[in-house]
Amino acid sequence: MGSTGSEPGAVHLAPTVERSVKVLVVGAYGVGKTTLIGAVSEIPVLSTEETVTTASVGVDPRRGEKSTTTVAMDFGRVTVGGSTALYLFGTPGQKRFWDLWVGLADGAVGALVVVDTRRLEDGFEVLDQLEEHTHLPVAVVVNEFPGAPRHELEAVRTALDLPPGTPVVSGDLRGRRQAVEALKALVAHAVRRAGGSVAA
Amino acid sequence: MPTDPPLGTPTDTYRDHPVRSYVLTGGRAHPTRNTLRPETLLCAVDDGRELPVAAGRHERALLETCRGTLSLAELAAYLRLPTSLVAVLASDLVDAGYLAIRSHAARDTPGLDLLEEVLDGLHRF
Ligand SMILES: Nc1nc2c(ncn2[C@@H]2O[C@H](COP(=O)(O)OP(=O)(O)OP(=O)(O)O)[C@@H](O)[C@H]2O)c(=O)[nH]1
Ligand SMILES: [Mg+2]
Repeated sequence: MGSTGSEPGAVHLAPTVERSVKVLVVGAYGVGKTTLIGAVSEIPVLSTEETVTTASVGVDPRRGEKSTTTVAMDFGRVTVGGSTALYLFGTPGQKRFWDLWVGLADGAVGALVVVDTRRLEDGFEVLDQLEEHTHLPVAVVVNEFPGAPRHELEAVRTALDLPPGTPVVSGDLRGRRQAVEALKALVAHAVRRAGGSVAA
Repeated sequence: MPTDPPLGTPTDTYRDHPVRSYVLTGGRAHPTRNTLRPETLLCAVDDGRELPVAAGRHERALLETCRGTLSLAELAAYLRLPTSLVAVLASDLVDAGYLAIRSHAARDTPGLDLLEEVLDGLHRF
């Protein structure tokens, strides 16, 4: 629609907020990324259309060109400790969008990788990419969809071949408590990796 | 044979950017280019100074929306423009003194102090 008038409804941060951090929320299609972001965000989930350059996807191979395509990225925000805004950027897990979240990874606290136990192999792929292209601390969030098989978290850890110390949490991501627990697990992991200690 | 668009024209809808940029910055350098991230916090400078008449509608809408602190990503969402484009608009507005960067300069990786503070804040939910 291209509206550029003064937009109503902007929810500004408190004047005390003077810095920001971000967490990536990555995972396969429909795995619950937006649900998790919405559960913890203090503002309604927002969305932007980002332009990504994709090599030879749906492009005439004879011309060998890169094409640009737009992808929706959604995100939320939560103010922590009065002076810090924490942003959660949800990015699609499909291969052709990896450029987008690799670009977003700069300066991030870490990545929450959301997985569905019915499609664990999708999570494997995302974890591989994170490991290959970033140095981000990672925590795995098992979305307990109704009817999905319940695995012991240790079994998920083994199946995904996670590096030791990688937190694995699970729950119904529609609840704020579970979403906050996932964030805490990730940030605690990041603190440990940065050389700090975390009270049990 | 298509050629690469010049720098600062991330989308076709913004071909006229260099002109607007000149209006704002009077041809000065662009020190803020490439320093803004989606999570960078911005706030309009409230000193009563009006934008030049020739400034674009996107710049006006941006300043209007940013009367309180917002991240670059939020601005992009509210303005319904790609973040890459809003980064260009915002950096020109910063360099011309209409918009201020609220968050400390982004570091490569958040330091231990900041991480501990965030964890502390999460524990208080
Ligand atoms: N019952 C249940 N449903 C869930 C849960 N998490 C997500 N859903 C539902 O699953 C669907 C997909 O969730 P989304 O949060 O949109 O997933 P997404 O990863 O953002 O999806 P894409 O952005 O399309 O890749 C939605 O209809 C949600 O309501 C959960 O924990 N329990
Ligand atoms: Mg989504």
